[in-house]
Amino acid sequence: MLHVDVWRGGETGAFQTFAIARRQHQTVLDVVTEIQREHDATLSYRFACRVGMCGSCAMVVNGRPRWTCRTRVREVADGERLRLEPLRNFTVVKDLAVEMTQFFDKWSAARGYFEPGAAPEEDFAVVPPATPARQAADAGIECIGCGVCHSACDVVAWDADYLGPAALNRAWTLVNDVRDRGKAARLDAVSGSDGCQACHTHMSCTSFCPKAIAPTYSIAGLKRAVLRRALGGGQ
Amino acid sequence: MSALFFLAQRATAFVLAAAVAVHLGTILYATRGGLTAAEILARTRGNFWFLAFYATFVVVVAIHAPIGLRNILREWTEWRGRSLDLALALFSILLLALGLRAVLAVYAS
Repeated sequence: MLHVDVWRGGETGAFQTFAIARRQHQTVLDVVTEIQREHDATLSYRFACRVGMCGSCAMVVNGRPRWTCRTRVREVADGERLRLEPLRNFTVVKDLAVEMTQFFDKWSAARGYFEPGAAPEEDFAVVPPATPARQAADAGIECIGCGVCHSACDVVAWDADYLGPAALNRAWTLVNDVRDRGKAARLDAVSGSDGCQACHTHMSCTSFCPKAIAPTYSIAGLKRAVLRRALGGGQ
Repeated sequence: MSALFFLAQRATAFVLAAAVAVHLGTILYATRGGLTAAEILARTRGNFWFLAFYATFVVVVAIHAPIGLRNILREWTEWRGRSLDLALALFSILLLALGLRAVLAVYAS
């Protein structure tokens, strides 16, 4: 049997322990689902696709933020124990479900959205895949906004206003998008006291990202771009 | 932290890396060599290079330290806004005033 300590409550609460049968190839999300369906229907958690595409099932499993759908129990169980907590650095709604609003508000604050400019382009943009800018954008483009990096980031834990690795990574992909017309405003948005320069390069985001993205390098790129702009070097 | 603060802190760190090494070397030389206070003052009084080096050192510290302290305070406390910036500007002026006063005292006394 697997003994699963599950966080119950909101910002305050306690762990509740469930005994769940071990099964071959069982994922952590399977365990949470089994608890809710067979043991306690009041358990709150979030999931959608179950195959690592939607980014909604992230939790802290035995101290580390992960996608529960892509984490097999045998890879993470400490003996026969699992400890499941909501993502760190988010407001807990209930049990294992967290409030994502502040997280996505930071994407907006970092201007992490495409700016087409005042008038639409007359023709399709030609973007050769081998250009350095496109390769830099491609390196961070696969982010699905699961919040694992935000949960892992120490700087977010210290300074709740810090924009965080996901929002800054998104901003970096747009800084490298040759079609975008909002680069100056975006670089201003990410260079405030809560922006890219606050990063300590601990690399927890890069270490934990389930998509193997390296937000640390994206943030380093932003630091360089912001400095170039501050020194009058354009962009 | 604005881009200029970030740049100022990195640039002053470069200067400090060299200046601290020279400063420590000077201390070791002066104390281990058995120099008396009078002998040290005889070397520093009216010495332009002493004045230039330590005045630069003080200015660089007065830029570097408040920016770093501001980052630490923002991370570890809830202190934000103009009061924080004002307090650290005063701290910078204090470092500058006390530092230059000490340098001038050893240069010109």
